Amino acid sequence: MQYLVSVITDTTDNLATPDEDAAIDVFNERLQADGHWVFAGGLGGPDTATVIDNRGAEALFTDGPFVESKEFLIGFWIIEAPDLDVALKLAAEGSKACNRKTEVRPFL
Amino acid sequence: MSVTDVREAISRAHHEEWARVVAALTGRFGDLDIAEEAAAEAFATAVERWPADGVPPNPGAWLTTTARRKAIDRVRRENKRVDKQKEAQLMYDDPPEPPGLIDDERLRLIFTCCHPALAMETRVALTLRMVGGLTATEIARAFLVQETAMGQRITRAKAKIKAARIPYRVPSAADLPARVSGVLAVLYLVFNEGYLATGPDTDPVRHDLTAEAIRLTRLIRALMPQDGEVAGLLALMLLIEARRTARVSGSGELIALDEQDRGAWDAALITEGHRLVRERLATGAAPGRYQILAAINAVHTSARGVRDTDWSQVVALYDQLVRLDPSPIVALNRAIAVAELDGPQVALAAVDRLEDKLAGYHAYHATRADLLRRLGYGQQSRAAYDKAIDLAGNTAEITYLTRRRDQLG
Repeated sequence: MQYLVSVITDTTDNLATPDEDAAIDVFNERLQADGHWVFAGGLGGPDTATVIDNRGAEALFTDGPFVESKEFLIGFWIIEAPDLDVALKLAAEGSKACNRKTEVRPFL
Repeated sequence: MSVTDVREAISRAHHEEWARVVAALTGRFGDLDIAEEAAAEAFATAVERWPADGVPPNPGAWLTTTARRKAIDRVRRENKRVDKQKEAQLMYDDPPEPPGLIDDERLRLIFTCCHPALAMETRVALTLRMVGGLTATEIARAFLVQETAMGQRITRAKAKIKAARIPYRVPSAADLPARVSGVLAVLYLVFNEGYLATGPDTDPVRHDLTAEAIRLTRLIRALMPQDGEVAGLLALMLLIEARRTARVSGSGELIALDEQDRGAWDAALITEGHRLVRERLATGAAPGRYQILAAINAVHTSARGVRDTDWSQVVALYDQLVRLDPSPIVALNRAIAVAELDGPQVALAAVDRLEDKLAGYHAYHATRADLLRRLGYGQQSRAAYDKAIDLAGNTAEITYLTRRRDQLG
């Protein structure tokens, strides 16, 4: 079973500090060693987003994120876990490592 | 067997076997929705068949087997083809289970319904439905929400449990204390809603809810007899429940502890509660929150009259509780005991310090009103009663506070 662990932030200086980077590296290595690792990545902030709507006759491009909010997605992990208890534990460790909130959702 | 006997047998089976049937089917089919529906159908079949066929010698086994057949019918309907071998397995084989810390499927069911990934109100609803066997209609009525909204809440919870794969198991030893306290919080909330029901259209005391909370806590106690906080919560509920009939007058007014007819207290419940408290004290283990609250209630229920109450013991227990739970509500209750020990002046000073945190809580104003009245500050007392009445949600309490206010000179 795979889960998406989203990293949520509310600060405009989106970059991780060196300490946070180091903690994230340690956590990533553990995910890989324990067989939980699928994929992970950091994202640019909402300022770098473009929304595309190609449901109509021609594609519409809009500058900015699809929803303006105080908190936003800044990175994610995709993890392999047998159940939500394991996923929540890993997401809690991830939150500690990157020093931000995380959200867990199952892949269907 | 008379019709009444059969009806009683069905109602008893519902109380005793519902959780077991749902738990067994959830274990077998790995799906709460299938388990719930099949259990409900099995009980409906019992209502249809038992009056004619008689009550089976082992109602629980009959209900489980019937529910299992219903569940297989549903799986077959939905999957069109279930292979014969799998079907036989679902029907008869007991899959080998690794021996858990506590081996009872009902416990797994309780821990699943009270999972921390679910909202508190959802945990309450799901526990009452899956473990308690209450219908969505009954739960909706108990918590004053629309029936459709309650139905949706339960449906969404089942969908989340399935999609996010909330595990169906008793947590590991390391996680157990935190998870047990989560379960107890759900049961205490159900009990409190029954004990001090909110809303203008409900009875001031909802015995159905307090009784259900006690029944479920007894079940957990039977499953986890070594857990001190489980024993503590059961003792606490019993000692509060014992005073239920003395707590509200014939005219629907709340009767405060000092004015209650202690002869009307339920002696059997008090004896049982006291026994549990003594049993916990004898272990010498450091008590948790519920055990301390139970001990406080044991002091109250040991006194023949309010004057005989050992208030220094009550305050000492509150001191112990404050160290575990420094919440303003605990501090408020401690101050009420302090008023009896050191007088209303000392207590009022302590209560006034809580204003920032408790200005929106009716009991804060009710306590101040009472202390101000005792100190002879009539006008300030009246203003505090007004605020308390504004904020209170329980009809019996509002009646009591109104009388107290109107008795001020």
